[in-house]
Amino acid sequence: MPWGLRNEPGAIASDSLQKAGRVSVINPFNPVLFLLVGFVVVFGEAYCTGLRRVLGAQIDLLPALMVCAGLRAGVTTVTALSVLCGLWFDALSENPLGVSVAPLFIAGLIVCWKNDLILREQTYAQCLLGFLASALVPLGTVLLLLSFERTPLLGWISIWQWIVVSLGGAAATPLLFNLFQWLDRALIYRRAHQTSFRPDRQIRRGRF
Amino acid sequence: MLKRPHIFAAGLVVLLTLTFLNLPASTEVRLKHALGGAFLPLFGLTASSRQAAGKIGDTLATRSQLLQENQSLRDENRNLRMQVMQSAEALRENNRLRTLVGWQQKSPWKLKLSRVIARDPANWWRTVQIDLGTRDGMRSNLPVLTTDGLIGRVASVSFDRSQVILLGDPECRAAALVEGNARDFGIIGAAATLDPSLVNLSHLSKDAAIQPGQTVTTSGLGGVFPKGIRIGQIVDSRLVDYGLYTEARVKLSADPGTLEEVWVLFP
Repeated sequence: MPWGLRNEPGAIASDSLQKAGRVSVINPFNPVLFLLVGFVVVFGEAYCTGLRRVLGAQIDLLPALMVCAGLRAGVTTVTALSVLCGLWFDALSENPLGVSVAPLFIAGLIVCWKNDLILREQTYAQCLLGFLASALVPLGTVLLLLSFERTPLLGWISIWQWIVVSLGGAAATPLLFNLFQWLDRALIYRRAHQTSFRPDRQIRRGRF
Repeated sequence: MLKRPHIFAAGLVVLLTLTFLNLPASTEVRLKHALGGAFLPLFGLTASSRQAAGKIGDTLATRSQLLQENQSLRDENRNLRMQVMQSAEALRENNRLRTLVGWQQKSPWKLKLSRVIARDPANWWRTVQIDLGTRDGMRSNLPVLTTDGLIGRVASVSFDRSQVILLGDPECRAAALVEGNARDFGIIGAAATLDPSLVNLSHLSKDAAIQPGQTVTTSGLGGVFPKGIRIGQIVDSRLVDYGLYTEARVKLSADPGTLEEVWVLFP
């Protein structure tokens, strides 16, 4: 994928189509798609309780989404996504409003800042980034909560929850990448194939 | 080095975060409910789809199953009627005795059924959102219970939904009484355990005669929860703070992990 296009919000193409070299790179829906997926992710975390019952912890997909946004979109999308998703998350939680915004933004910004150095197409790199983001975002949020004199429910179980959340984020990151590639393929503008035929070229045949 | 847009975005986020975190409490609650309102269509959609799935399930039930269920419900209804008759008689007797002693008469509980529509997505809080709001007469600090026992209290209210803090959350404490000969008083507080139905009962005296299996109910002290609502059962106890106090673990009667419907108690 051309590096220059990475830094322009909304100008991203799917990797597979890019490799095939037969697609235009403009995807104006990208920021909207990220916000839409973020909205659904927050709703799912508040509504679905199956994993929470089994594992004792709710897996947070927002840090993984920030990693995706950091690698596939620009800083504008990262900022909008962290602010809106952080506020939505806090609105459904007992968290003070706005406390989740900064940790999410920092995760996205670091990835966005260093995106030229990251092997974004490798699954293990995506997993590692998802793991780190999913581990650091709750840690940052809890530190912010403690600094604002709130007393979240912490104990030995929190270490287990932290591990589950980090591993869950690591597993979810490649899936989110695949989801966005699929969405790109479904929504992106495709340029028509260029054939080798040229009307201004004449083929002269010899005697045989 | 960070690029200029990155620095600008970071500054914007810091500014927004500080602004939101320093909002007055009432404004914060209003903003939270306004932002959470964006999810209402999705909550409504999931509720409708669940109802539709339930209806489909009902149509698939066989006649023999329905007859069996009908019979068991009739039996249960008969038993409950008997219990209501006994309770009514006990209530009449209680009121008569209260009049004789000169105590104030107890008013019966007014309950409103509510559906749990969302849970706290964060792992460090235990709250749920229910579909009753100010339009239904809701206000803060109303007790919330299930048919099994107490589950929490209303924390904040908007027009059409409320946030309930569950027992086990650091922000929800309840004055409790261990039933038995000694009738020990304590406070139900948070417990960070894998099982969300386990909570701590603290501030019991060091001589408290706590036995596993004893029933814990609300003591009525503190003014939020009325007396006599079942909370749970003692699991175990130990001395804490160099033997100055006893602390017990209580298994809640109502399982907070599987809540679907709750009752809000109006005084």
